[in-house]
This record gives sequence, C-alpha cells and structure tokens, in this order.
Amino acid sequence: MSLDVDGLTVYYKSLRGDVKAVDGATFQIADGEIMGLAGESGCGKSTLGKSLIRLDARMRYVSGHVELDGTELPIWDDREMNPFRFKEVSIIPQYALSALNPTRKIGIVATELLASRGVRMNGMRPELERRLELVGLSASVLERFPIELSGGMKQRVVMVISSLLNPSLLIADEITSALDVSTQRAVAEMLVEFRDRGFVKSMIVITHDLSVLYQVADTILVMYAGKLVEKASSEAIINAPKHPYTQLLLSSLPEVGVRYADKRLSGIPGRPPSLLEPPEGCRFKTRCPLAFAKCGEEPPLVEVEPGRSVACWKVAPC
Amino acid sequence: MLRLDTCCKTYRVGAFGGGELLAVNDVSFEVAPGEVVALIGESGSGKSTIGKMILRLLRVTRGTITFDGVDISSLEGRKLKDYYADVQAVFQDPFSSYNPIFKSDRVFAMLRHEYFSGLSGSEWKAKLERSLDSVSLSPGDVLGKYPHQLSGGQLQRLLIARALLLDIRMLVADEIISMLDASTRIDVLNLLGELKSRGLGVLFITHDLSLGHYISDRTIILRRGSVVERGSTQKVFGNPIHPYTKMLLASVPQLHKKWEEAAKELEVPAAAAGEGIGAVERPTPLVEVEDDHFAAVEPG
Amino acid sequence: MAVGPGRDVADVRTEMPAGVVEAPLTPTGAPQTAPPPAPRSEFLYFALRNWKFVLGLCLVLAFFLLALIGPHLTPHKPLAFTGPTDARPSSDYWFGTTSFGQDVFSQFVSGLRSAFLVGILGGGLAWLIGATVGFTAGYRGGSVDDVLNMLTNVVLVIPTLAILIIVAAYVNVHSYVTEAVLIGLTSWPWAARAVRAQTFSLKTREFVDVARLTGRSTRQIIVTEIAPNMSSYLLMMFILLFGGAILIGASLDFLGLGPSEKVSLGLMMNSSFLSSALLLGSWWWFVPPGLGIVGIVGGLYVMNVGLDEIFNPRLREL
Repeated sequence: MSLDVDGLTVYYKSLRGDVKAVDGATFQIADGEIMGLAGESGCGKSTLGKSLIRLDARMRYVSGHVELDGTELPIWDDREMNPFRFKEVSIIPQYALSALNPTRKIGIVATELLASRGVRMNGMRPELERRLELVGLSASVLERFPIELSGGMKQRVVMVISSLLNPSLLIADEITSALDVSTQRAVAEMLVEFRDRGFVKSMIVITHDLSVLYQVADTILVMYAGKLVEKASSEAIINAPKHPYTQLLLSSLPEVGVRYADKRLSGIPGRPPSLLEPPEGCRFKTRCPLAFAKCGEEPPLVEVEPGRSVACWKVAPC
Repeated sequence: MLRLDTCCKTYRVGAFGGGELLAVNDVSFEVAPGEVVALIGESGSGKSTIGKMILRLLRVTRGTITFDGVDISSLEGRKLKDYYADVQAVFQDPFSSYNPIFKSDRVFAMLRHEYFSGLSGSEWKAKLERSLDSVSLSPGDVLGKYPHQLSGGQLQRLLIARALLLDIRMLVADEIISMLDASTRIDVLNLLGELKSRGLGVLFITHDLSLGHYISDRTIILRRGSVVERGSTQKVFGNPIHPYTKMLLASVPQLHKKWEEAAKELEVPAAAAGEGIGAVERPTPLVEVEDDHFAAVEPG
Repeated sequence: MAVGPGRDVADVRTEMPAGVVEAPLTPTGAPQTAPPPAPRSEFLYFALRNWKFVLGLCLVLAFFLLALIGPHLTPHKPLAFTGPTDARPSSDYWFGTTSFGQDVFSQFVSGLRSAFLVGILGGGLAWLIGATVGFTAGYRGGSVDDVLNMLTNVVLVIPTLAILIIVAAYVNVHSYVTEAVLIGLTSWPWAARAVRAQTFSLKTREFVDVARLTGRSTRQIIVTEIAPNMSSYLLMMFILLFGGAILIGASLDFLGLGPSEKVSLGLMMNSSFLSSALLLGSWWWFVPPGLGIVGIVGGLYVMNVGLDEIFNPRLREL
C-alpha cells in the first residue's frame, strides 16, 4: 500500500476562531513502512492522525488530498468515509483504555464492530482468537468486562480488534503513553509484529516519545505547531538530526547513562505559538537559536537528501 | 533526616471493608539533607502511597516514619503545621493541583494566610519575588493568571516556589514532570538539581528510569509494594542484581540502543514481566551486595 | 482538561474533563455531572443567549413580582366574604369569586406568597441538609460515609408523601413554616447522594492535597475548595429543590393537610374541588392556582435546563 498526503489542512472550530491544528501537511508512506509521528502536545500530530480516518466531529477539513493505494479518501465527509473505516484505515485511539464501553463484554463490542462493517463474527472468530493468542491473551478475554483487565491487556485487546479486518493503514495514537515501561515494550513490539505478519500493511505511530519510535519505527516525521519540520529514517533523525527543533528536542531527553552532575541537559526556552493566530513565516523562529531574517518567510519541506526532508532555511537554503 | 522503618500500608476493600489490599510491604529507607533519592516503580508498586504517607495524607498501617527522630504519626495541630513547614510536595498533574476556578496565586495567598499572616504587604511581596526568582519565573508572567492561562511547566515551578517560601528541608516530588512536554521537563529537573545543591532533600518518585538516573544520588526500586533493590544510583544502574531491575532497565526505550541489544547485555529473557497489583506476602529481605548497594535476593 | 471557555482547543487531549463524574440518576432527572463553573463574563454571555434560561427566569420573576405587589393591587382580603358567590371575572373581581364569595385574585396572589415561602424555606432546608450530609460523607469516606449513606438511603426509600401525610395528620400544621420544615427534612436524600458523588471525585484532585499540606482543616477545605468548584451544580440543585418543595407543598395543601386558616395555591385547588367548581363551571377558581403552580415550577425546571447548557459547554448548540 502507499499513502500519499498532499497539502492536508485541518482546523478546529472554536469560539474565538479557527485553531489551525494542521497546516499544509505533505508526505508519503511506502508499503510496509512504520512511520512515527512525533512532536509535543498541541503540535497537531493527533489531529493529523485522526483526520485520516475522520473520527472527530470537531475537526473541519479545509483542503488537501489523501490517496490510499491510489484511491482518494473522502476525508471531508463523515458518511463517505464509513466504508473505509476499519477496513482500509483503522485507528487505535488515544486513551484506548477508556474507549471500551465499561458495560459491555469485549466479545460483544467486537461482534458489533464487525457487524457494522458487514462482517459476521462467526467467520472471523477463529482468526480473532488466533490473534489474541499471538498478543498473549487467551480467548476467554472476550467474555470479560473491561474492568477485569489491566491497562496493558486492554491496550492489546483494542489493538487486535482495530486491526482485525487487515486494514492497509493503522494509526496508533499515543498507545504507549499510559503504560508501564515493561508493558510499553510489549505493546510496541507487538505493533511491529502486526506489520511483519501482514495483518497491517503500514502504520503511523503517533507519540511524543522519540525513544519508543527509535525502537519500532522505520521513519520519523517531526511536527511543530501544526507544521511538518523534518522527515527521515529513524536512524538519521536520532543520530543526525538536521532541523534545529529536532536537535534541541533530542538534546533535552535524558537517557540512562546521562547524569546531571556530569552533563547538564537543557530544554527549549519559550512556548509553542498559539494556533489561533500563528505567526508569519517559520513557526519555530521565536525559540530557534539559528533564526535569521529569512525565517520571516515560511520554509517549505524540501528533500535535502534521498529519504530526508527538512523545513528550514538554514538547512535547505533556496 | 527522613527515615522510614518497615512501613506497611493496608487498604480495606469491598463492602464495609471486608477485604484487604497490601499496598506497601515492609519498606525502609532514608533521605539525607542535600540528597535526591529516586523512588522508582511501575503502577501499583505503591510509590505514590509511600509519598502520601510521608506527607501525612495517609496513615501508616504498621511501621514508623520519623523526621529528625520524631515520629510523624504523633503530630497534630500546631506540630503538624510545623512539619509542613519542613516537608512539602509537588504532584503529578499541574492542572489538577490548582483549583481551576481561582487564580493560580491563590496557592500563595493560602500559604500566607496560614503561615505568614504577620508579614506586611511589601515584606510578603519581596519574599514572593525572591521565591519566584529562584525558580526562574518572572512575577509579571505568572501572577494574576488563571491556571489554564499558564503552561504545565510554569505551574509546576510555581508549586516549587510555593514550597520554597516555607524554607522546606525536604520536597516530595511525585511524578512531577511526567505530564510536561519533553522540552520543559529538563528545566524543571535541572531546577531540582540546583535546589539540591543548596541543601534540599528530594524524594523523587517516578516510573521513568532515565529521569531517575539523571537526577538522583540514590535509587530505590519498588515492586508491588516491596523494595527489591536500593543503593547509590550509579551502582544500581551500573550493576543491577535483581531480575526485576534488570528487566526494567532492558525495557526502557533508549535513543541509541535497541531493545534486543539492551536485553542481551543485561541477560534478561525477552518476554515482558507479568502485571498485577497487591504485594507479595513475605518480601525477601535485602542483602548487601556491595558497599551502598542492597538487593532482595536469596543469599549465596 | 475540559473543552471549556478560555482554553485553546488545540491543547485539548480528547478525554473526559477532570472532575466530571456520572452522578446517580435522580428521580427528578437532575443534571448528572458537575461541569466546571464558567468564568463570570462567559456566564453572562451565554446566560442571556440561552432562551430556556431567560424564559424560565422571566416566568419565575413575573410570578414573584406578582406575589410581592399583588396583595397591594386589590382592595379585597383573600379570605373575606366580600362579593357575590361564583361570580365570573369582572373589573371588580379580576379573577372572579369563589362559591363562598371570596375574591379569587387576592387568594391567588396570597397563595403565590405562601408558595414562594414554602419553596424557599423548604427547598433551602433540604439544600442545607443535603449539602452537609453529602460533603461530609464524600470527603470523610470510611465509616462516616457508611453511616451517612445508610441514613440517606433510609430517608430516600421512605415514601415521602406518605410520611408527610401521616405526620401532618398528627402534628397540627398551623403555618407554612412548619410545612416547609417538614418538607425540608424529607426531600434532601437525592441531593446528598449527588453531592457525595461529586465530592468523592473532587477529593481525589490534587488541589485538595495541596490545601491539606497548607494546614487547612476539613471544614475549611470543603467550604473554600470543594464547594466553589461545584457552585454551578449547587445552584441547580437549589432550584430543583425549590421547585420540588412547592410541588410537595401544593400536594399537601390539596389533600387538606396544610394550614387550613391560611391561603395557598394547593388549598385553593382543594376548596374548588370540594365545592365542585369543575361541575359548576367556575373555571376561574382552579385554573389560576393550577397555572400558578405549573408556571412557577415549570419555569424553574426550564431555567435549570438552560443553566445546565450554560455551565456545560458540551451541551451548547454551537
């Protein structure tokens, strides 16, 4: 499969005007690629992910095209997206732990979801049980209520159900954030396993945790204040980041092995701009140590090397 | 300075408290002045419970907690207030720590009302400004605003400033940066480091090993209510003995090492550990494996 | 983090606003969540634009004004046998006369007075008891909660009207104050339940811990931290108790168990039925008190629905 996103712009309506959550996002994902979508809170990564499946009524599609395997996804219309949801594009929502209706058994939730796509549970049941076993859960979990499961187990159940119909694209929205470090590892490795076994063709893993992305993603796309700032392979982003924001962000992450007494890390001063009235030009310029005159004009995302794009005048002057 | 001796906490569960849940089991450790002690554990390990017991927000079921040799469970009224002038806390969710309908300065006003009612307006103002300065906040930026108008990092620093107003000797920091953005986390963490060099003792409760390793002098690894390993941070991280510690270290996502490599280095089996809450009934006692490094392993 | 006024939508993570809890369903269908109170200016903005709130408020205020000045508008005393019996409404007797020759209009406006008296006093007392029991049980928890809970459940389960009828039959109810007190003492349980649920949830918020660490006592914390956070809910609760008290009072009076020497809307309905006003076609005798009760109580309930929309941004039709 391949995903082609061109100029995607999505706003949220609010009392005080439009919040420009995602502005002109353009990128591609190849078949079998796990792309990590990283950024801090409010950068628009969750919005971008959700807009590809159009599951949030507050979003307002403004412009842009999304093509999945050559077919245009009608992400501007809720109803038209219906046949694509869960079959072609699926999502493991943020806070999946509370996405399960507490008053229904897991099995019932799965049956209803399949029925809404016109698939009968009887036919899918063997496959469902096989997958549950793969993630380390017994089939009896279908007879349980969500409250009887731990956080990690619920997360795995939601993962299995979301990918049951073998979607081409799976969007995982902050699925490891609320988990303990050991469960986090299990869940993240499971994502890769899903891809390796062909349950899912490609994935977008949305998280603020770059270190998890280093472990599981092939490529990483970094967002800041609604704009894409850098895209490259995980190795390249982590070991040789080019955009100043990526560099500063990476240098502010403590790793096991770094101590305060030996090497003082520093954060990025300032705050991200308000997305109601974003500034002209590069949105990072007020916090960027490399900012200069040209930053008043918005830098485009250009390919500086094969497989690496950066949106910065210093890196790609042109 | 602060000392916990075989502390236990049992919760009553079920209708009319029929059942029991042992959340903290036989935990002992100390915090000395000018020292950051990291209390590391996953969810259900009891780390927050220990923090709350130290703060007298929960009662200890068994065991004692002493501060400067005085048993804190005996403190009431005036003495309890004096204790709070020595020990304060900052919690995990900055937006939950402030009453959302009031301005954020209210936390200072409350403190003034309880502890500094004798000070004049200008004296208070000066004191407040000095406190804000020590956490690198400018009064104009943060005073007179509602919590939702400030960022998480600013709110956490305001809480630290509040604690500093009292000239505390120990701070309980319960997951104080886990809800902050990556770029602001390190600033708050560095602030703790600065305060430590001025003699403040910090109990840094976290689930994040990298943060614990960055800032702490000594580390305590907690599992299901019991201590499984403790000692100087460098020794615990550099030479982990207990299998749980090794498993935790192997599961931390690192920026330059893949999980398979880390697991191989630490000789940990690939599968992740099981989950569950509730303590093991009889915890293994700690054995000294080297100087300032103890682990709960069978001796020999 | 609520999608509430004054918060950038881009900052929102799609989760339930902290502090919102599903309170148990009340018999009168009271609002089930305590929404975060809106800052004052936003409140006025929405209040005046919400037609339900404005309509309800105007209706109640109109009746209130009538109750205040009404008795001064008419020369007749409510219980005096002044005029012709069963007279139709005329310029002398605006609402006609009863079959005893009493002026219906002056009875009506006196009845409004007693209705408001019973409502405010009875509703206020129930509010006080309910709030105290609810806050104490919710904040203290443990055995205090168990005991108060049992008490609440017992008073809740007792058929209120039956008890009031029995008590009123034995205790000679001579004044509306007594009636109001009786009503207040029996209609508080659902309010206590709801306040307790909200308090439970607010108690776990960290600002309560911060207040405790400042050396504040339980009573101080409940009054200065918890109650203000529920101010919108407490207000709505009072309005519902107010309306409920008027209804119960009218029912008691209608059954002839209220003060018999005074005037109230319920008593008017009672007298009119006893005198077969319906058969005689003296509609002017029972229609005004009926409309009065419906108008005040209905107005209060409509106001409450409007308040719920104002305080809870997610219910607003944006």
